[in-house]
Amino acid sequence: MVGRRRIREALTDLLLAGPATLAMLVLIFAPALIVGVLSFTDYLFGAPDFNWVGFENYRKLFTDETGRRAVVNTLIYVAVVMPFSIMLSLAAAVGIQSVGRWNVWLANFLRTAYFLPVAATLVAMATVWQMLLHPNLGLVNQVLALVNLPGQEWLSDRSLVLFTLAVIGIWETVGYNLILFLAGLATIPQSLYDAAEIDGANRGWEKFWTVTWPMLGPTTLFVLVVTATRSFRVFETVATLTNGGPGFASDVLVFAMYREGFVYFKAGYSGAITMVFFFFILTLTLTQLRIVERKVHYQ
Amino acid sequence: MTRRQLVKNTVIVTLLMAGAAVILLPFFWMLSLSLKPAHEIFAPGIDFLPSKLEWENYAKAFNETHLLRYLMNGVIVCGAILFFQILFAVPCAYALAHRSFWARGAIFGLVIAGLLVPYHVTAIPLFLGFAELGLLNTYSALVIPFVASVFGIFLFRQFFASLSTDIIDAARIDGLSESAIVWRIAFPIAWPAASAFAVFSVVAHWNDLFWPLIVVSDPNLATPPRGILYFRDEEAGSDFGPLMAAATMVTAPLILGFLLAQRKFIQGITASGLKG
Repeated sequence: MVGRRRIREALTDLLLAGPATLAMLVLIFAPALIVGVLSFTDYLFGAPDFNWVGFENYRKLFTDETGRRAVVNTLIYVAVVMPFSIMLSLAAAVGIQSVGRWNVWLANFLRTAYFLPVAATLVAMATVWQMLLHPNLGLVNQVLALVNLPGQEWLSDRSLVLFTLAVIGIWETVGYNLILFLAGLATIPQSLYDAAEIDGANRGWEKFWTVTWPMLGPTTLFVLVVTATRSFRVFETVATLTNGGPGFASDVLVFAMYREGFVYFKAGYSGAITMVFFFFILTLTLTQLRIVERKVHYQ
Repeated sequence: MTRRQLVKNTVIVTLLMAGAAVILLPFFWMLSLSLKPAHEIFAPGIDFLPSKLEWENYAKAFNETHLLRYLMNGVIVCGAILFFQILFAVPCAYALAHRSFWARGAIFGLVIAGLLVPYHVTAIPLFLGFAELGLLNTYSALVIPFVASVFGIFLFRQFFASLSTDIIDAARIDGLSESAIVWRIAFPIAWPAASAFAVFSVVAHWNDLFWPLIVVSDPNLATPPRGILYFRDEEAGSDFGPLMAAATMVTAPLILGFLLAQRKFIQGITASGLKG
């Protein structure tokens, strides 16, 4: 009897946890291992066999002109989006919190407005940006013309395109970070501000530097890592607006992975790009998990 | 309010409103262009509003292109993904939280490790697998890679773990089978977690371009973002009015959902910060 009962219990466990476990192994872990192995081969999709090439794909990615462009562009993109998105969202969060003290409705309206791009379909919104940035018909250049500034080729000027995409990236992430900062601000007790006031911090910015900024430390760190992770994955705007061009000026890791793998069918090389991308994300996510463990509050 | 405070508040509100105007500009412009007659879109000079509402753009988008098809595909794919994610994740999460068996620690370890793997990483081998099985250009290819949501398992496990064991013990004494406990007791209680997860999942997959771009080349299977690109590249030409109408229709469901259920939406989307 005892034996049969144990078998039945084991079967129940298998029934409950088995399908998900199997799916995880087949759909996540096996592919992650295989892509690592592929990155050391010259495998092409559809080819009958392949050769082991050691670190050749990785060498190519970091020394080849186009490969290096993808890595460097991604880092530049992250380096531009991160500070601006964080500074703007922090400023907006502090402002919206202070508005909330005397007009809750207005504060809610502002929060909703800033968050709208996060809920929107980025590919669809990117086509709208394309209209706004159109060299002749676009609103942006027409407004510049009104104040006698020269219009720009926002999406086809090599020296400009990456920064144009970064601005769209900032537009897209500010609302998300704003929510995280608002949650962080809500946890700072008023008594700290009162204490700071007694100690002579009367002006807004004095209170900001003595109370808000240090108390927000963990939140800021969390926001920093989340923004970096999101920015590293930049793909939709590139695929919609530039295809990595002109002349690879806006090529980034995920787009290069897509192009090399699924347009040129170089599975091995694309695998190496994937692994480098994975390494960056892994480092960031591990940092993030360590921060979460230290009990950062967010909602 | 003192005079100084009034000035300060005015400055803050002005700056915040200016920021909001910039953030909202693309939404406003999208709506405006989608309602403008073609000749006004190409007219020189800045006109923020259409001179008359041109619904023709929407009619064109729906009648002369596959827009309706793209939207339907979005509903089918997102619905199927969410259905299977919950079907797989909830029982597993329940087992991890309320049953003890030898593999429990190992499986939870897999879930945590899985959180670290972005879905881009698995793309090449999964593409190879689907090609091998002859499943490229099918709904299955769009759905299957996402059925095992480690984030879903994690979220439900955390929720179930906070659940008192009394309820479950009572149900066991009443003679309910474990799967009946999962679906008739635990899952209904987990509604807050389920709705946050649903928002997270639907937003992610409605908006995803990467995977549909890889496995689908048949416009009949295009999801909304993939469809927008077909629309722009092959169907619209320089007919920007209908393109903006299509963009509006693709964005509208999520935006409306967000406006109607803001708290739930914000919870669901910010929760994704935990995932790699």
